[in-house]
Amino acid sequence: MARPPGRLATGYGSGLLHLVVNVGGLTVAGWVALRLADEPAAGRILLWFVGAAIAHDLVLFPLYSGADAGLRRLLRASGATTAPGRVRILNHIRVPALAAGLTFLIYLPGILGLGKVTYQAATGQHRQQLLGEWLTLVAVLFAVSGVVYAVRVGRRARHGD
Amino acid sequence: MFGLVLLIGLPIVIITGLLDYAAYGPQFGQALPRDVGWLRPPPFEWPTRPDWLFRVSQGLHVILGIVLVPVVLAKLWSVIPKLFAWPPVRSTAQLLERLSLLLLVGGILFQIATGLLNVQYAYLFGFDFYTAHYFGGWVFIAAFVSHVALKLPRMISALRSRPFLAELRQGPDDTRPEPPDPDGLVAPRPGPATVSRRGALTLVGGLSLLLGGLTVGQTTDGPLRRTALLMPRGRQPGTGPNGFPVNRSAAAAGVTQERTGPGWRLTLAAAGRTVTLDRQQLLALPQHTATLPIACVEGWSTRQTWTGVRLRDLAAIAGAGEPASALVRSLERAGLFNQAQLQSNQILGPDSLLALKVNGVDLALDHGYPARVIVPALPGVHCTKWVATIDFRTTAGG
Repeated sequence: MARPPGRLATGYGSGLLHLVVNVGGLTVAGWVALRLADEPAAGRILLWFVGAAIAHDLVLFPLYSGADAGLRRLLRASGATTAPGRVRILNHIRVPALAAGLTFLIYLPGILGLGKVTYQAATGQHRQQLLGEWLTLVAVLFAVSGVVYAVRVGRRARHGD
Repeated sequence: MFGLVLLIGLPIVIITGLLDYAAYGPQFGQALPRDVGWLRPPPFEWPTRPDWLFRVSQGLHVILGIVLVPVVLAKLWSVIPKLFAWPPVRSTAQLLERLSLLLLVGGILFQIATGLLNVQYAYLFGFDFYTAHYFGGWVFIAAFVSHVALKLPRMISALRSRPFLAELRQGPDDTRPEPPDPDGLVAPRPGPATVSRRGALTLVGGLSLLLGGLTVGQTTDGPLRRTALLMPRGRQPGTGPNGFPVNRSAAAAGVTQERTGPGWRLTLAAAGRTVTLDRQQLLALPQHTATLPIACVEGWSTRQTWTGVRLRDLAAIAGAGEPASALVRSLERAGLFNQAQLQSNQILGPDSLLALKVNGVDLALDHGYPARVIVPALPGVHCTKWVATIDFRTTAGG
């Protein structure tokens, strides 16, 4: 890195290793793309591949960071303490909310009861929607977080802070 | 830190994924997808010992894959400023790097999404899962190797830049932003810290533990299975000796009571000769009992006690002393897994059975009555149910 930039670095923008490694990775992807081009559903595969990145970067990320910003604004407006050294409620809402969102995303098919036909063919059982189980889980997470918050506030008060 | 966890965890998911491909017997053209060119794991004969091999390797693939989701999301969160870097392309090098990153990020999210939907039977994507997950895996592997090759020194210097344990002792109020870094990932005007670094790591670790706790139950028998609260295999479908989970019901396979009743016959073939046996004759042969796990590609598994005739005894009856392979066909007419070819070691192993009973009673129809194959460490769908014929071959491949 400390060497003066050579001709490659000025023209290309980085070192030889960077070029070789990136071209190598892209070659494998290109080979796979050519191989899958004849698949009847090749377009859908590509759509899901690029869509997965877009869904995360331009939907999920703005959604959760926006929700977090909203939560903080709400707490400020309601006069919740943000002072250092005090027990703050922010993370006691953030943590269970994050866990709720994550479990919803991961176990979405079960929670919403999707894929009923394939499920029955595979398991021999009717697919029940597990929304109730998930809501119970979320309620327990928030309750535990609330109890921890109450204990922390109580302990801080007892120690005369 | 998240990078380090992924650097250790993702290769395990990758290797167990490739092992899964190897377990299906690619040498017989029965690993899916079939035609993969040079992008294949090195060929080797899938062993039958230890009998928990496939249960553990595939269980790890699925459970670790799920457990790492919060780490992947945290890693993406920590590098998100890169996405909005402006101008988006400053040089050829950067263009290549951004393309590689699209393969890396798209690849891991694609693998997570298709994997999660497959283990939960929701084929929302409308393409062939095996093809997409296999080749998507290779695209990700290539992008992952490139990324590690270029960024490993950066990760090591970042981890060395601060005393790790001292950082972990700080509360949120002592947490200070990092100094500006060469990649421009540190916020230029950070707000006051609301979480300590210890807190952030605990949060991600805790979420991983939560997901692990909600998934691992699908590999257990007994009451613990219920802990896989939101997974398809989170409950025992019934009670009694046949009450364990089913993969593909008889109704879905089009296998009816009439075809499995007293008229059912097992046909053994070897070197142009055939032998036909009914269920009574099979029950009169020497019976062997083995307690073996059976594991599915979806990561769930169960352990049961199976009783039946050793496959090697059937090979001897058919007149194939040392078979190189055997093609087992089911009564099921359609379906991707209505037949499976077994390797020599999978036929000759002492616990390789044509099972007639489970836990001391006749197999239920959904579990493969009148007879099913049980071979240690063989993927569940290759333990063919409702067996109709076994064709022993003395030359490999054939």
